[in-house]
Amino acid sequence: MGLITGMFWLAVAIVLGLAAGWIFRVAVVAASPRPIARELRTAPLTASFGMLVILIYIVVAVFAPLVAPFPETEVVGTEYQPWDDVHVLGTDNLGRDMLSRLIFAARNTVGIAFITTALAFILGVMTGLLAASVGGWVDQVLSRAVDVLMAIPALIFALLLLTIVGTSIVNMILVIALIDSTRVFRLARAVAMNIVVMDYVEAARLRGEGLLRLNIREILPNAMAPLVAEFGLRFCFVFLMISALSFLGLGIQPPTADWGSMVKDNATLISFGDITPLLPAGAIALLTVCVNFVVDWQLHRASGLKE
Amino acid sequence: MLDANDILLSMKGLHIEGRTDEEWIEIVKGVDLELSKGEVLGLIGESGAGKSTIGLAAMGFARDGCRISGGEITFDGINMRTASEATKRGLRGRRIAYVAQSAAASFNPAHKLIDQYSEGPVKHGVMSREEAESDATDLYRRMQLPDPDSIGFRYPHQVSGGQLQRAMTAMAMACRPDLIIFDEPTTALDVTTQIEVLAAIRDIVEQFDTAALYITHDLAVVAQMADRIKVLLKGEEVEESDTRSMLASPTQDYTKSLWAVRTHARPEQPPVIEGKPVLSVRNVTAGYGAVDVLKDVSFDIHPRRTVAVVGESGSGKSTTARVITGLLPPRRGEVLFNGEALPPDFRRRTRDQLRQAQMIYQMADTALNPKLKIRELVGRPAQMYLGLRGKALEERIRELLSLIEMEPGDYIDRLPSELSGGQKQRIGIARALAAEPQFIICDEVTSALDQLVAEGILKLLDRLQGEFDLAYMFITHDLATVKAIADEVVVMKDGVVVEMGPKSEMFQPPHDPYTELLLSSVPEMDPDWLTGLLEARATAADN
Repeated sequence: MGLITGMFWLAVAIVLGLAAGWIFRVAVVAASPRPIARELRTAPLTASFGMLVILIYIVVAVFAPLVAPFPETEVVGTEYQPWDDVHVLGTDNLGRDMLSRLIFAARNTVGIAFITTALAFILGVMTGLLAASVGGWVDQVLSRAVDVLMAIPALIFALLLLTIVGTSIVNMILVIALIDSTRVFRLARAVAMNIVVMDYVEAARLRGEGLLRLNIREILPNAMAPLVAEFGLRFCFVFLMISALSFLGLGIQPPTADWGSMVKDNATLISFGDITPLLPAGAIALLTVCVNFVVDWQLHRASGLKE
Repeated sequence: MLDANDILLSMKGLHIEGRTDEEWIEIVKGVDLELSKGEVLGLIGESGAGKSTIGLAAMGFARDGCRISGGEITFDGINMRTASEATKRGLRGRRIAYVAQSAAASFNPAHKLIDQYSEGPVKHGVMSREEAESDATDLYRRMQLPDPDSIGFRYPHQVSGGQLQRAMTAMAMACRPDLIIFDEPTTALDVTTQIEVLAAIRDIVEQFDTAALYITHDLAVVAQMADRIKVLLKGEEVEESDTRSMLASPTQDYTKSLWAVRTHARPEQPPVIEGKPVLSVRNVTAGYGAVDVLKDVSFDIHPRRTVAVVGESGSGKSTTARVITGLLPPRRGEVLFNGEALPPDFRRRTRDQLRQAQMIYQMADTALNPKLKIRELVGRPAQMYLGLRGKALEERIRELLSLIEMEPGDYIDRLPSELSGGQKQRIGIARALAAEPQFIICDEVTSALDQLVAEGILKLLDRLQGEFDLAYMFITHDLATVKAIADEVVVMKDGVVVEMGPKSEMFQPPHDPYTELLLSSVPEMDPDWLTGLLEARATAADN
C-alpha cells in the first residue's frame, strides 16, 4: 500500500515537474529576444524543468533575507518543534527555524560550491591544456604531480589538508578546488591531446601563433563540449564534498547554515520517523539532478549528438 | 534487350529518404535499375549522388537515419521491401555480398582473416569449418595473394591495404553469391596497387559468373570493370547504356562534363634556364626515430612554377613537406629559401619566414578550426603578418573571398560546417593567400574531392599563381592531376628521388622503371586498357 501511494505521488511529482518545465519554457521563449528564444525552444522538458529549479534556487539564495520568515541563526522557538503554521518545517536541535535555515543554506552551499568548481576548472583546464599543447617535460611534471595528488582518496586528503591549514571557508574552497582540479586536469589534457594533433592546430603553430592564443582560440573552443559536461558533474561532486565535510564538522562552521551540517544536527529525528532532516539532503539531490538535466541538453547541442 | 528470366535484381521507382534535423529529405529520387545474371553494372556519380545508398538498398538495407520510402526492389523473385529480417539475413552474405570501400576499417582487427572468412559460410550452413578454410586458401590463390596457404592466419594489420582489399573480395565470394556489391573498392589504394585489385576482382567475377554492382566515382576504373554504366546525379539517373557506347558518345551534358575533366591541361611553360629558385631542398635526410624516411633528397622550385611531387603512399612526399615547413628538422641537409638557409625547426624561424611559405592541407575538414567563423579563419594571417585591423582587415577578408570566387556577404559569417567540401578547400586556399606568401605547399589538395570540384580548385590555383607570382609544390599520387597542373615533376619512391624534370619529358619515354610503372598504372578511359596492360606486363615478365 505504502509503495503504491509512494509511486503514485512520485508520478504526480514528475508530471507536475514536467508541466512546470513546459510552462516555464513557453514563458521564457515568449519573454526573450529572438535568437535566444530559438535556442530555448529546442530544450527538452527535463532541461526546462532543470533551468526552472536552478532559477528558483538562485532567486532564493540571492533574496534569502527577504524570503526567509526568520533570521538565519536566531533561536526562535523550543527544540525540535513539529511542523505548524508559524514554523512551517518545524525547528531544529537548537530551536532555530528550519525553513529559514534551508533558505540561507542555499546561499552558502550553492555559492561556495560554484566558486570552488569554477576555481577547480580554471586551474585544471589551464594546466591540462598547457600539458597537452607544450608536451615534453612540462607534461611529465604536471601529469606526475597530478598522479601523486590523485593517489590519495579525495575525502581523506581534504580532511588532512584542512586539519593542517585550519578550517575556514576560504581554506575549504582552496583545498577542494585543488583536489578537484586534478580530475579536471586529466580530462582537459585527454581532450586536448586529441585536438592538438589536428591539422588546424598544426596550421596555427606554423603560422607562428603564441601558446596563449593557440590554447584559447584553437584548442579550448573545440574542447568545450566535454568540459561543460564535466562542469555539471564536478559541481555536484564538489557540492556533495562540501556537505560531507560539513557533516563531519570540517566544512562550513556553525552557526552558518549549510545543508550538510543540517542533516547531521537533526539526524536524531530520523529515529522518530520524522523526515525533516532529510529535507536538506533532498534539496541537494534536486539541485544535482537539475544541473545535470541542463548540462545534458547543452552537451547534446554542443556535440551535435543525435538520439 | 534483357531476357526476363535472366533478371537477377530489379529496382523500380526506388525512393530513399534521409533524416536531417526535423524533416525527411529525398536522397534517391525514383531510380530504376535492372541487372541480369553474370552482368556487371557500374554506378558512377559524385559524392551525394546516392550510389552507395542504392547499393545497400539492393540488399534491402538502409543506413541509420535513412528509410526506403517507395518503389520496388526484387532480388531473384523475392521482394526485398516486404521480406522478413530473417529472409534478408539468409540472403545477405550468402546470395548477396558486399565489399566496402575501406577494407582496413571493415575487417575486425581482433580476428584472423580466415576466421572472418569462415564465419559466413559456416553460419549459413554452406560449408563446414574445414571446407571453408581450404576454400579460403583456394580463393586467396585465385586472388593472387602472396602465401595463400598462410596469409589467412594473419591479422588484418599484418597485411597491406591492397592485399586486405583482395582478402575482402575473396571473403565476399565465400558463399559463391549471385550478386556482389563493390562500393568503391579501390578508392583508398595507390594506382599501382589498384591495378592488382582491379585485375583480381575482374578475374574472379568472370570465373564464377557473378553479377556485380560496381560503385565508383572514377570513370576510368568503371570502364575496365562494367558491362553497362549508369550515371547518377543527386539521386536521379542521368543516363544509362553499355560501356563502350557510353564512353564513345555520352548523350547528356552532365556526362560529357564528367568526361571532359580529364582533358584539362596547363599550357607548357618554357624551361627554367637561369634564375634563383624560391626554394631548394639540398641533400635532405630525415626520418622518425631510427628510420630514415627521406634519403638525400634534393630539388629546386622556381618562382611561378608548379613542381609536382609524385609517389605512392610511404614514398616520403608528405615527409618532404614536413621538412620544408620545419615540423621535422632534417638529420642532414638544409632547406634554402631565396638562397638563404631556413632554420630547421619552425619555432626558430622568423615571422616573415613563416609567412613566405604557406600550406594547404588534404583534408579541409581537419585543416579548418570548426569553431571559428570564416572571417577569423581567413582574417587571422592577414591580421597577424600584415598588421591589418578593423576596416582594412574586413576589406581584405572580403577581397580574399572574392578571389576564391565566394560571395563575401554570404560566407563571411559562416562556420566551416556550413560549407561544402570544395568550398572548405577554397577557404584553405584563401587562408594561405592571406599571408601573401611566395611559396605554397599543396598536400593532396584535390584527392578528397569529386572530379568536377577538384577541377575547379585546380583552375583556381592556376589562376592565382599567375596573379600573385606564386610557386607551388604540389604533392599528389594522382598523375591526372600532375598532367593538369605541373610544370616540373619529381618522382619519389621509398624516400629517394627516382626521377625529375619538366613535365613534357616525364610523360615521354624513356622513363625510369618506377616512373614507367606509375604512368602505365593510371587507368585510361579505354575499356580494353586493363586487359592490354596486363598482357603487356605478362609478356614483359616472360621475356
